[in-house]
Amino acid sequence: MLTVDRLRKSFPQPAGGRVLILDIPHFHMPAAEQLVLRGESGSGKTTLLQIISGISQPDEGSVTIDSIELSRLSEAARDRFRAAKIGFVFQTFNLLPAFTALENVRLGMTFGRGKYNLDRARELLHQVGLADRMHYRPSQLSVGQQQRVAVARALANQPRLLLADEPTANVDPGNQQRIIDLLREVCRRESVALLLVTHSDLVAQQFDRVERLERINIAPQLSAVTT
Amino acid sequence: MNLFEIAWRNVRFRSLASFLTTMSMALGVGLTVLVMSISGIINQSLQRNSNVGYNLIVGSKGSATQLVFNSVYYLSKPIENLKYSYFLEFLPGKERQEAYAALGGNLKDPERSGLYSMFTRNGFAIPICLGDYVGRFRAVATTPDFLNLLRHGEMNDQEYSFSEGRNFVEDSPEHGFFEAVLGAEVAREMELGVGDKIQASHGSSGDFVHEQSFTVVGVLKATGTPNDRAAFVNMEGFYLLEDHAAPERDEESGLEKKKSPDQASQLAPASDKKRLPIDKREVTAILLRSDFALNIEKQINKTPHAQAVSPIAEIGGLLQMYIEPVQWALLILTLLVCVVSAVSILVSIYNSMNERTRDIAVMRSLGASRDTVLAIILCESCLIAILGGLLGWIGGHALAALASPIIEGRTGVKISFFSIHYPNELWIIPGLIIVGVLAGLIPALVAYRTDVSKSL
Repeated sequence: MLTVDRLRKSFPQPAGGRVLILDIPHFHMPAAEQLVLRGESGSGKTTLLQIISGISQPDEGSVTIDSIELSRLSEAARDRFRAAKIGFVFQTFNLLPAFTALENVRLGMTFGRGKYNLDRARELLHQVGLADRMHYRPSQLSVGQQQRVAVARALANQPRLLLADEPTANVDPGNQQRIIDLLREVCRRESVALLLVTHSDLVAQQFDRVERLERINIAPQLSAVTT
Repeated sequence: MNLFEIAWRNVRFRSLASFLTTMSMALGVGLTVLVMSISGIINQSLQRNSNVGYNLIVGSKGSATQLVFNSVYYLSKPIENLKYSYFLEFLPGKERQEAYAALGGNLKDPERSGLYSMFTRNGFAIPICLGDYVGRFRAVATTPDFLNLLRHGEMNDQEYSFSEGRNFVEDSPEHGFFEAVLGAEVAREMELGVGDKIQASHGSSGDFVHEQSFTVVGVLKATGTPNDRAAFVNMEGFYLLEDHAAPERDEESGLEKKKSPDQASQLAPASDKKRLPIDKREVTAILLRSDFALNIEKQINKTPHAQAVSPIAEIGGLLQMYIEPVQWALLILTLLVCVVSAVSILVSIYNSMNERTRDIAVMRSLGASRDTVLAIILCESCLIAILGGLLGWIGGHALAALASPIIEGRTGVKISFFSIHYPNELWIIPGLIIVGVLAGLIPALVAYRTDVSKSL
């Protein structure tokens, strides 16, 4: 489902020159698989998620999702592809404050072009346990509730891949497990592959596959598979 | 959710800033609408009242504008008078002879037709005498033809009708020569009705009030013309009032001769049913309806002592030369207010962009294209511009509608909430969309260029 090949990404430095952030020879993730990606701060985890989602472009190499190579798509086509195939859950939830929980979920559908379905938006909020908070604004929801809305929004367009960037980092320990359980459960139910970035050993232990991005010398490299 | 819904949510979320910028736009558009309405009302009032059923005004040589203002709008002071015998030149031979027979006096060649009578064959010539007042309103001394033959209204096809009473007649068995008809506003303001007596005075301050009164025999229905603000008195009676006979003039210099005390006391009492002779009569203006207006205008204007003026052309020229430039200046000023309002929208949205960079990045990560976020910001500025514009339009028209009774009373122009007096007003809506797009363009480009990877 997701294949990353000979991927390299560098960033310019203020003093001049460029620093290599990612150098991944090969990485594959089958459909509906759930895996954890770990690594130190600055190891390029978030950059990798942005490249996989088509938000950033690599310097070299390719990202292929469902046989479509993202680098061959125009920016607009990548936007459409992202809306249709990829869901995003952020560390800081990133709910839009002007919109209610239901509207935040509907927003995901709006940008998914033509997949708008109000019943599904309601159903998703029901699945994440927020049936009675649909019309609340983010500021009226607890942190845990906000992250659950973010999960529902990420799944709105029935994506093939859900990218979760440290989704429990800002959540209290009691809610951490609930969020992880929720993510895993809804991804399983919807047959969505889950690529979850976390620093938490407790979270990582629960996954069959954990990949580590190591900061070695000038570039982080994807290390061996751990099971 | 469509883009407008998303934009609307954003506008509502920043409620205070949105409210203030919307009000700023509403103020600008409201002012523009008011200026347009006032301009339109002025134009409409002048043009509509210059089209009153006659196509020429003949008066003494002097300012054409003054003649029109004086004869049509009852404003400004009358120019010099014309001799009554000059008026008779517009009548066919038979009528001229009848007038001579009825009035007596010194008339050269009473047997012939009037010099200009061939031009008024299918029309009319109505004399008016101005100079006196009833209260603060102009007294218009004329013949019954004024209210019988003239028409008014948008199509100039409505006869003058009476809310009470009838038109005055030249010589009635009850009141002799002293009947009057009041315009609607005169009757309303002075609380006069049929049967009441009115006295004409020299000047609106009422310094000299004629002893002889006229009996009101009719009150006109409101017409929305200056005639609502006039008191029409029978010209035959008017001539008999003190000091209304033409003064004797020195033949060589044309200067008015001083009256001796004996002459002053020799004036016949006005109640005598004796008409003023032709050579003692003068008219201020003659209202002409002619199928040959251009010809007659040229001929009259060649003569040394009279002029013929087309009220419509004169008012059109006046509008073009003096009023339209002022109206344009006002319009440009108010449009500048709108530009300032548009800048306030720009500043408001632009300032919000810093806080919203992350939101835009989130929308992009959810699949919104650069074009989509650009469109959302443009929709926001258009919504504020259109909403403010609509509020301003409603406010401007509501004010105009509230002032409707006063405006109608003063100008005769009837206005309602939906009246559009200035056709360019219809450009406001597309104009607002353009303003909205222009105001939103810079913030929208900022949104368009947002670097998602750095902003998330």
